[in-house]
Amino acid sequence: MRFSEEFRDPALAEKLFTEIARTAEALARTRTRPITVMEVCGGHTHTIFRYGLKDRLPDTIEFAHGPGCPVCVLPMGRIDDAITLARRPEVMLTTFGDALRVPGAQGSLLQARAAGADIRMVYSPLDALELARKNPDREVVFFALGFETTAPSTALTVLRAAREGIKNFSLLCQHILIVPTLRALLEQPDFAVDGFIGPGHVAMVTGTRPYDFVATTYNRPFVVAGFEPLDILQSLLMVLRQLESGQAKVENQYARVVPPNGNPAALAAMRQVYETRADNAWRGLGNIASSGLQLRAAWSAFDAERRFPLTPHNVPDPASARCGAVLTGRIRPAECPAFGRECTPDAPLGALMVSSEGACAACYDYEGARQVA
Amino acid sequence: MNSIPGIGTGGRITMAHGGGGTAMRALIDTLFLEAFSATPHAPQEDQARLPLEALAAGGDRLAFTTDSFVVEPLEFPGGNIGTLAVCGTVNDLAVGGARPVALSAAFILAEGLELACLRRIVASMAECAREAGVRIVTGDTKVVPKGACDGLYVTTSGVGIIPAGCNISIAAAQPGDVVLVNGTLGDHGAAILCARGDLALDVAIASDCAPLGGLVETLLAAAPGTRSLRDATRGGVAGVLSELAEASAVSLTLDETALPVRPEVVGVCDILGLEPLFLANEGKLVAVVPQTEAETALAALRAHPLGRQAAAIGTVGEAGPYGPSVVLRNAFGGRRTVTMPSGEQLPRIC
Repeated sequence: MRFSEEFRDPALAEKLFTEIARTAEALARTRTRPITVMEVCGGHTHTIFRYGLKDRLPDTIEFAHGPGCPVCVLPMGRIDDAITLARRPEVMLTTFGDALRVPGAQGSLLQARAAGADIRMVYSPLDALELARKNPDREVVFFALGFETTAPSTALTVLRAAREGIKNFSLLCQHILIVPTLRALLEQPDFAVDGFIGPGHVAMVTGTRPYDFVATTYNRPFVVAGFEPLDILQSLLMVLRQLESGQAKVENQYARVVPPNGNPAALAAMRQVYETRADNAWRGLGNIASSGLQLRAAWSAFDAERRFPLTPHNVPDPASARCGAVLTGRIRPAECPAFGRECTPDAPLGALMVSSEGACAACYDYEGARQVA
Repeated sequence: MNSIPGIGTGGRITMAHGGGGTAMRALIDTLFLEAFSATPHAPQEDQARLPLEALAAGGDRLAFTTDSFVVEPLEFPGGNIGTLAVCGTVNDLAVGGARPVALSAAFILAEGLELACLRRIVASMAECAREAGVRIVTGDTKVVPKGACDGLYVTTSGVGIIPAGCNISIAAAQPGDVVLVNGTLGDHGAAILCARGDLALDVAIASDCAPLGGLVETLLAAAPGTRSLRDATRGGVAGVLSELAEASAVSLTLDETALPVRPEVVGVCDILGLEPLFLANEGKLVAVVPQTEAETALAALRAHPLGRQAAAIGTVGEAGPYGPSVVLRNAFGGRRTVTMPSGEQLPRIC
């Protein structure tokens, strides 16, 4: 496993731990509260918990687990929309695996499947298109989820469906954008995050330039990071060094994958197919202007929301779970009153408890009883 | 040629093969009995008859277990649904310390199933049973309309004899004991994921499907104090260890660097966001042995063809303040709790 083993090397990790401890100690002398670093991606959160990295970091460093887990920020009403479509007799609803367990107000897609709806797990939108080809008498709807990482492959799939004249394929489009969301977070008056471990997979598409405002306008370090443990540690050290120097900038730790300009072909496909939604609801974060994508009018034939009668469901987040406070780094997962009590991976109240990338599920899975007690 | 004399030349299962008439008789005689029976042409009773005297000579308790098998695809690198059905039940007997004696096999066949496929599966079951030293002595077939079942389902039940004095139990692990596995984790789960073909991954991973009776005998001879044995099928090694910790009221600490995992299985897991510890195995067991017998047990496993990559993966300790747990220590000195997943592991979005 070249290209992953070398980023899991304990000897190199040891050097990074030492250097992080030294820098954090120096920083601690100049401040009264801990250094809070937000890892934007669910993938980062997963790595931090999976490798138990926090056990080896000084107490003066805290992670705030950011909003970059697509199923975690999926509003309940959107799941209900998908279930409504899936219940139509002519519809075969397709989506990614970890979306199946997310609870809506009417239960999850897995529960809807057990109740008779035709719901299939796919690994990519192209698999959904293939199902449409193979089942010409069915209406195949792809519940399209994810950030800029997955949005291009959905866009390319729509373009291919159009080129091939496939008529029984459409999208329930729930693609979302990380940049407006980061801006919304930074605009919040009590947002206590000192620096960011930035989204590597999203930046592979967007490049690093869209994040410049984080450093220039909001004076926060922003280091685009890979997903292996050494990537996270090195990025953390880069954030700390910026804090030490007092100079915030955007740096690219994941240069082996992320080009500064991103992927122009992917961005072009996105521009061709999508436009932003004026208003887009996020679970735990409320509405964030221009943070969601929908199909442009030219592609409306592929838009499930125009193809089928659908009244969007608006469901408030469950009151007892403080998903929003966790997502914005105000509290740690175990500080939520529902964590490990009403809200567990078996019976999740909030989506953060569903995906293995969700901060609460990662915390529960990997730290378990230590946290609940 | 797929045709079988007396059961039609269509090459596929039809409803007639379950209808109780001549087509069914021909299917049983020419396909199942030929493969499974030592005396295929002797008169057939409605039940197998096992002489008690021979059974009693082997031990003082009868072990009895049953398992149903469904898998997609039916055939995959390293095995098929038939080998799973034989190994699964044989292994459930073996990990109780029982010597497997006899199996039943009940088939639900879908109309339209290719006879050639059924013949291959039945032949490999017979072969696997021979390897395991067990006989398939009774069985049943039903045919359901196309679409009512996914090709073929098999249920096997088995009986075995537990020698006097052998008291292996999931509840017997004690602080100080050592946890062993007989080889690489997650091969079967990864093989099935790849064999389904939806991943378009060009890797060759074979299922580890194997009967473990011989390996268990070898282990028990070398380490008679063995406390617990479990085959790590659905839920993987993590599932077995969680049950073990709970049942024995202990905590288990695993060393992540000691877990044997094939690089290609690590690769598949990395791509899908899965964990080898949770993937299914069909030829792997977890053994808990007293510390004093750990070295001989490990050497005995490694000397057996099904245990070449055996490893000591952890130790048993007292249950912590929060009760029994399974904790994994990694190469960075970090630790995490291993918990049972609520359902099937689902691949991540990105």
